[in-house]
Amino acid sequence: MKHLDEYRDARLAKRLLSGIAKIVRSPHTVMEVCGGQTHTLVRSGILDQLPENLKVVHGPGCPVCVTPMEEIDEALELAARPEVRFCSFGDMLRVPGSRTDLSTIRSQGGDVRIVYSPLDALEMARRDRDRQVVFFAVGFETTAPATALAVWQAKREGLTNFSLLVSHVLVPPALERIAGNPNSKVQGFLAAGHVCTVVGFEDYETLASHYRIPIVVTGFEPVDLLQGLWMLARQLEQGRYELENQYARVVRRNGNMRARDLLAEVYEVCDRPWRGLGILPRSGLRLTAAYREFDARSKFGITGSVSAEPTECRSGDVLQGLLSPIDCPSFGLACTPDTPLGAPMVSSEGACAAYFHHRRQRRELAVV
Amino acid sequence: MCLGIPGRIVEVASSLSDQLETATVAFGGLKRPICVALVPDLRPGDYVLVHAGIAIEKIDEKQAAEMLAYLQAISDGELSELTQGEMSP
Repeated sequence: MKHLDEYRDARLAKRLLSGIAKIVRSPHTVMEVCGGQTHTLVRSGILDQLPENLKVVHGPGCPVCVTPMEEIDEALELAARPEVRFCSFGDMLRVPGSRTDLSTIRSQGGDVRIVYSPLDALEMARRDRDRQVVFFAVGFETTAPATALAVWQAKREGLTNFSLLVSHVLVPPALERIAGNPNSKVQGFLAAGHVCTVVGFEDYETLASHYRIPIVVTGFEPVDLLQGLWMLARQLEQGRYELENQYARVVRRNGNMRARDLLAEVYEVCDRPWRGLGILPRSGLRLTAAYREFDARSKFGITGSVSAEPTECRSGDVLQGLLSPIDCPSFGLACTPDTPLGAPMVSSEGACAAYFHHRRQRRELAVV
Repeated sequence: MCLGIPGRIVEVASSLSDQLETATVAFGGLKRPICVALVPDLRPGDYVLVHAGIAIEKIDEKQAAEMLAYLQAISDGELSELTQGEMSP
């Protein structure tokens, strides 16, 4: 497929790898932010082929992983209500709440549906006016325009049986948390290309200069990631800390203005708890007053529990790149995809799942 | 979840004024209706990046071609050289 196959070219990947190996002279630790990128790095074998003095740690960019347990519990409370049809991306179904998960509620007769797009949930609300359709709006800036569009259109059509359980999160506050953490070893970021597709990278320019840390906006295919790492390695070796854009075929400096305008109409920024990281100021989205009637929390009087997270799960450290999944004492023992202690082991973007499925042994480069 | 897939616009549907604009988008051999309300002025043959059922941006063919040409043309020496020009074409 055009715009995919070109970036899975094994010859180009090997040349970039060899360039990186020659450039990197002193040891560096860098972080890829997005869970999609984590999986490409692990699955393609890139992670095992990088020089030893370029260490790549994995970031918080897995929305399923950072959704706090109290919000999973809110989803479970809604999904169990008889009048509700609860729609979610498939990734959320097996994420453990404090007592159960969405998949179990479904097997017990709850009306839980997996959808590919929030617009599919909107269509269900149009067709079945007797059901209260609730969409679980998780995800970063990449996903928020799709949920915003669904609720914007629901308001335009006057639908009264559609609402959102909003749990969106914003990337820059998490990067600030990591960049400002004295225990963090991260010296450079590969920023998530699809988040920046929507919101642009002005905030990241500020971050790069404030924390004196190089950032490269990077795509998702093996050649993209290797080029991004190559650019980051050059900056680190040259002592630069700039914002560079590897993914210029998609990402513009200001992002997608239509999407940003829509986000500003539908959502406002709020403080938000992250699983394992605590409350990060101005790191989440909630519906604006004009869309309050589409807020499932107030519509159904969901109160939310305050539940303790299981202490054995070290996802907070994993999500900040402080602990490699395989160094977690529970990895592959008490915690497996069948018996997860935390979301990073079940999400398709979770670092623990990536290591469990692809990295129990060293891999050769397999980009295609 | 931030998975984005490039697809080619086959046909932009003429939509009713109270509905979201859609287009038929081809992903390899598979064609699907995709919401294009956030990406204006699309024509058949354009490529868009699709996430969760909506197009979030048009792919800049010129940028893509220039970057690939640059990567194909760069020598092994330049790839391992720290003092020479930047990666952006």
